[in-house]
Amino acid sequence: MLRQIGIPLASIVVFLCLWELLVWANGWPNFKMASPSDLPPAFIKYSHLFIEMGWQTLWRTVAGLALAVVVGTGIGMIIGFSKIARDALYPLLVGFNAIPKATLVPVISLIFIGQHDFNTVLMAFMISFFPIAVSVGIGLSTLEPEYRDILRSLGASRFTIFRKIALPKTLPEFFGALKVSVTLAFIGTNLVEIVSPHGRGLGALFKSGETNGDYPLMFAVLIALAFLGIVLYYAVVYLEKIFAGWAERPQS
Amino acid sequence: MENLIDIKDVTHAYKTASGPLPVLDGLNVAVPEGTFAAVVGPSGCGKSTLTRLVAGLMKPDEGEVWLHGERIKGPRKTVGMAFQNPVLLEWRTILQNVILPLEIVAPSMHGKDREARAMELIEMVGLSGFEHKRPSELSGGMRQRASLCRSLVHKPEVLIMDEPFGALDAFTREDLWQTMRDLRAAEPFTCVLITHDLRESVFLGDQVIVLSGRPARTQYVMPINLPEDRTLDILYTPEVADMLHILRDQIKIAQGREPEVH
Repeated sequence: MLRQIGIPLASIVVFLCLWELLVWANGWPNFKMASPSDLPPAFIKYSHLFIEMGWQTLWRTVAGLALAVVVGTGIGMIIGFSKIARDALYPLLVGFNAIPKATLVPVISLIFIGQHDFNTVLMAFMISFFPIAVSVGIGLSTLEPEYRDILRSLGASRFTIFRKIALPKTLPEFFGALKVSVTLAFIGTNLVEIVSPHGRGLGALFKSGETNGDYPLMFAVLIALAFLGIVLYYAVVYLEKIFAGWAERPQS
Repeated sequence: MENLIDIKDVTHAYKTASGPLPVLDGLNVAVPEGTFAAVVGPSGCGKSTLTRLVAGLMKPDEGEVWLHGERIKGPRKTVGMAFQNPVLLEWRTILQNVILPLEIVAPSMHGKDREARAMELIEMVGLSGFEHKRPSELSGGMRQRASLCRSLVHKPEVLIMDEPFGALDAFTREDLWQTMRDLRAAEPFTCVLITHDLRESVFLGDQVIVLSGRPARTQYVMPINLPEDRTLDILYTPEVADMLHILRDQIKIAQGREPEVH
């Protein structure tokens, strides 16, 4: 337990020390790079904003992620079970994923004018569903035929086979993808928050720090984002332990 | 005695990019009820296709497959399958794995009754005490035992096995032959075993069917008239040695080589 928490914590402390040292040794002013010791004052000064904006960012990211899980799993099932669908959808999916999402911000903010919450959730979804769809698809299409045969030879329906075997068997791949998607979803949320005018959330707070020349605030926002990312990532790790803990081999 | 399984003049070809690939050509197999048929033949001769036909997982291009006086049209609940890969579900315990077929075949069966039935078999194959372990915690031989329990838990009429012991070491394999023999003594069922191991085929079988190279047809059938309760010692008798000799020659013929002179 001590090792599980102590080692990551120590590495964070070491990282902050090195950062502080770097800024101090170079004599950088804080508009070039703020140092960790500048951050607590910034957090304290704007604590209510951090809580409010942090919550905005968090719920929209989680909502986008939830949408990505539902749609991504759906697409994954389609491309996993049907070779025709796989051939048809893969180029579209890859093409869509290759589009830099920043370029889509003006597009969706024109389609859904003023729908800031919706746009943000949509962007978080669009940027994060791809890994889920691909990994669920691969998980299903690489299911060994014997697994299917043990139930099919008893006359089980396709749905039963999916529920009892294919779905649980893909869970480790699913959670692997979800870990990637978590951090991607934050990028999506912040893209919209930063780029669109009159935004809300941590991205907007970052933007206001930039506008007002409050550099410690900008760095404090980045740290807050990193913190939220870590929290959400470990939430996924926790869920993975519950639902796919069986896939973990005991360490020897 | 009535034949439980009757494969009559079955011919089948797989469709591939470079045209049809014939795998079975006029195959005939008859397995009387309650007996054990061991099927041997060269690699890639279509033995696995045979298991899928009997399980109702595919239909032959030509010919008929009969099971218990009925022509097989699709999967049936009265079949059990075991493969070289034990294909246990890693997220379930051994007990839950063994129960799986009952969830499909007898959805109304009481949970306690399912467990009792599963435990009966788990005890019979010597896995008592491991029922709450996960498959990844068990050795290869133990996993295969669990897999056998799963394929028998719903009391199938036919057990179809596709090289179930092929990936095990020689000693574990011999242990499992004996387990197989004991299981059949306790609960008789008809069995089709695909194997590459001639000793296995003679020890377990009531008949050994040699298939020719691809496309496979029935090349040779050897009835095995050894006592039901045979022990491993029987493999070292001159009688069995002669049988193995004949089977080996038949395999050579099936592979398209000259039999050795002796």
